[in-house]
Amino acid sequence: MKKENVIQAKNLTKKFGDFTAVDAITFEVGQGEIFGFLGANGAGKTTAMKMLIGISIPTSGAAEVANFDVFTQAEEIKKNIGYMSQKFALYDDLTVKENITFYGGIYGLSRERIKEKRCQLVEELGLQEVVDELVSSLPLGWKQKLAFSVALLHEPKIIFLDEPTGGVDPITRRQFWEMIYKTANDGTTVFVTTHYMDEAEYCDRVSIMVNGKIEALDTPKKLKEQFEAETMNDVFLKLARSPSPALPKGKGEINSNLNEYELKKSSPLGR
Amino acid sequence: MKTIGYIVQKEFKQIFRNKGMLPIIFVLPLLQLIILSNAATFEVKNIKFSYIDKDHTSASRALIEKFNASNYFNVITDFPSETLASSAMLKGEVDVVLEIPRFFERNLLKEKHTEIAVTINAIDGAAAGVENVYINQIVQAYNKKIQVGPMQPSNQMGMPKNIVTIPSFWYNKTLNYKTFMVPGILVLLVTMITLFLSGMNIVREKEIGTLEQINVTPIKKSQFIIGKLFPFWVIGMGLLTTGLIIAKLIFDVPMVGNLGVMYLYTAVYILVILGIGLFISNYTDTQQQAMFIAWFFVVIFILMSGLFTPIESMPEWAQILTEFNPIKYFVEVMRMVMLKGSSFIDILPQFSKTLLYALIMNGLAVWSYKKAN
Repeated sequence: MKKENVIQAKNLTKKFGDFTAVDAITFEVGQGEIFGFLGANGAGKTTAMKMLIGISIPTSGAAEVANFDVFTQAEEIKKNIGYMSQKFALYDDLTVKENITFYGGIYGLSRERIKEKRCQLVEELGLQEVVDELVSSLPLGWKQKLAFSVALLHEPKIIFLDEPTGGVDPITRRQFWEMIYKTANDGTTVFVTTHYMDEAEYCDRVSIMVNGKIEALDTPKKLKEQFEAETMNDVFLKLARSPSPALPKGKGEINSNLNEYELKKSSPLGR
Repeated sequence: MKTIGYIVQKEFKQIFRNKGMLPIIFVLPLLQLIILSNAATFEVKNIKFSYIDKDHTSASRALIEKFNASNYFNVITDFPSETLASSAMLKGEVDVVLEIPRFFERNLLKEKHTEIAVTINAIDGAAAGVENVYINQIVQAYNKKIQVGPMQPSNQMGMPKNIVTIPSFWYNKTLNYKTFMVPGILVLLVTMITLFLSGMNIVREKEIGTLEQINVTPIKKSQFIIGKLFPFWVIGMGLLTTGLIIAKLIFDVPMVGNLGVMYLYTAVYILVILGIGLFISNYTDTQQQAMFIAWFFVVIFILMSGLFTPIESMPEWAQILTEFNPIKYFVEVMRMVMLKGSSFIDILPQFSKTLLYALIMNGLAVWSYKKAN
């Protein structure tokens, strides 16, 4: 079952002065796929994602998103993608309803369409009670689900999620992944970064970035076989610990990896 | 167009929902207008006047009585000696010491000539200058009386005609400083509020991360910028209107000119300020940085605007710099239109420079706003 590729990157590179944040990454993402984009903090995930969504101009290489070129057709790309950033990016001082209307409006949806979408979204998320409340009064989990739904308002072909479940409780995290599955089933491609290795197991395919390079890319099952590991967490640790010239390996890094391991063990989602 | 509407709607909602911001936009500026217009005056009143009278004659007492009768001088005390007078001046108890020498009356009558010594505290040079003028006027008036007094019986034809200047103050007949200051301070308020608001607004979206979200949408740069700045343009025009009403009702400032001309000019002027604000916000990452830079420009603009100090008395290089000061043109136009009743043709030089300025600043601002980097 070979599907059409909606993201194609070839030797995509981003340099900030002497520092190479993203080093010639090459990969493809098929339509309707859930693509996990993994890597330690500072590995270059967010920078790579920003190049794909048209807010960071690549230094070299080539990439197409939704069949549009990132160099010359960034604005066309933006019509076809949704994006949810690490930072909560809805307006805290607007109500749920006003946020939906605003984002629907700037994506060029008609008034009737916005209303229709809003009713549907509010019902699905069970936000009827708080639709006229300021977003600042909502709990973080609700905010994240709302931000995700708002990013899907204009029915994009691809949705980019940058650590969408950071700081969210396990129950909301599960609900969030149910929403992601539903979105992928509807044919939308999901490009997601995460630090939770249990979430990585849910992805169709996973890439792991280390120091700006993609060091591994396959289905979670094959990656585990390839690295002879029990879980994705072990795969990640093996890769992240491998010696690299750019970053000196210190105790701090190993400790942070261990923390992630602990987190995974204590999570009810872990297997 | 529809997209711009959505942004304008959102901005207005955010502005009017921000309970901390509303008084800053609407109440504080008007308070400032009322307070500053009353306080910022170049008139020097209540001058602490003292004297040393070594003559003790009717002539010397008549001179002191002249000062006593003046509205500007408060005769505090007399000193028996210079030493006491200078120590009082050192303590700041007196501003002016007038010293009448011995034989003042005798010399005046016999030799038609005498001298008096005036000591003025000149720490505030401008005030000292004004005080000196007042003192001279009083002494001159006194002089004339002395001259005329004894000569009255003799033939008037033989008297040398004194050259008398009859001052005629145009456009501000009563020399009312409020009339002069109110239009100027109104200019400052409109400028400061629109500059700070527009400069901080987009930076704020940068800080909270919503700007990135906006940059991922297919919205056009021009749509976003127009939608963002339009509400502040409206607020600026609203401030001008409220300020003019206050100027009329509270200060009774004459409105000789055409209000249409004033609004037309202000409409373009605010665009300059919004362009500067946006330009600042494009090159800053935090509201703090934006605030400091905006403040830096505002201080220079205000002090070099001709509002408090006449541009004519600045060194030549500074005069050239003022050509780039939008506030200078606004102050000129406001005073010209409000007090002189200048027509559009009269303000055309200021208008065209401001228009050019608006085009350049907004061009720069739109150019420097990048959706991707």
